[in-house]
Amino acid sequence: MGNVVVGISDLAVSKAPDVLATYALGSCVGICIYDKHSQIGGLSHILLPKSTGSASDNQMKFADTAIPLLMSKLEKAGAKRIYMSAKIVGGAQMFALNNNNNNSNSSVGQIGQRNVEAVKEALRKQNIKIIAEDTGLNYGRSVFMDLSNGIVTVKTAFGAVKQL
Amino acid sequence: MVQYGEFNEIQIDVLKEIGNIGAGNAATALATMMALPIDMTVPKVNMLHYNDLAALLGGPENLIVGILIDVMGDLEGIIMFLLEKEFTHTVINNLLGSAVEDFSQLSEMDLSVIQEIGNILSASYINSIASLTGLNINISVPAIAVDMAGAILSVPAIKYGEIGDEVLLIEGAFIGNTEAKEEVSTKLILILEEKSLNTLMERLGVS
Repeated sequence: MGNVVVGISDLAVSKAPDVLATYALGSCVGICIYDKHSQIGGLSHILLPKSTGSASDNQMKFADTAIPLLMSKLEKAGAKRIYMSAKIVGGAQMFALNNNNNNSNSSVGQIGQRNVEAVKEALRKQNIKIIAEDTGLNYGRSVFMDLSNGIVTVKTAFGAVKQL
Repeated sequence: MVQYGEFNEIQIDVLKEIGNIGAGNAATALATMMALPIDMTVPKVNMLHYNDLAALLGGPENLIVGILIDVMGDLEGIIMFLLEKEFTHTVINNLLGSAVEDFSQLSEMDLSVIQEIGNILSASYINSIASLTGLNINISVPAIAVDMAGAILSVPAIKYGEIGDEVLLIEGAFIGNTEAKEEVSTKLILILEEKSLNTLMERLGVS
């Protein structure tokens, strides 16, 4: 079994028995798409909701360009769209808003939420169903996607472990 | 327009010098607060990719304290302090006289002390930039988070993700002038909006 690590603004596609991993999602979102019949899966770690439209953009950085790219790589690897489903993780609000200071950190505060919404929108466009999610709240998460069974394990900094 | 990743050598030197002056002021402020003589090594100032920054902080999953401060006024951007275990322990133990045993279980009091340190250190940075340039700059109340380094860094990475993937890192080592000669290091990142970066360069005559 090999661990394939996906960095920030990065994505990877592999098959069983590999595990796809991405570390320390904060306000970023990790998108896990899995075809259980072929045991092929992909993981994308996006930073921002929408691309700027510039040709120099890293497509893997933005929800609206990374998800179509992930889909085409999955299909190229042999996964079938009709068997695919998604699990999404991350989009936390890492810093609490200061109520007495509402002009400032508010833009930072809503980034996670905006990322989650953009990911859901992009998946809807691809007709991929989200079957589980662990998003929002205020803590970081690491993600491990086991391609032999599609189970996504989410770990936090303080030792909590959740399976999706 | 100056863009991140397109600085010339002179401009990088200017940013480094600002880092130096700010760090000097910050060390003085810290020494006063902790009532300890504190020496400071010459800070290291670098432009760094987020991935390398996470590695420098012990890896993306390493637990750190992040203090986020918004910069407003003539310059807009953020300052973020990244405190590792040792620095946090030293400060809390010194100021509260209590031994922090578990980094993941910092009390409200501990966090409020750390937040105040962030406030004072960032104010001394900003003051040094303000007095050097004559610009009017304000800072917000600090927001604090204790979590994985990568998760904390995702906040500035996202907020300025359209500008670039590199940040200005100012790394200072403070040496407590005690018997143990404890050395603790602080890491601070400064990110300015492109427009503000240009304002700063213009004021300093290197645009």
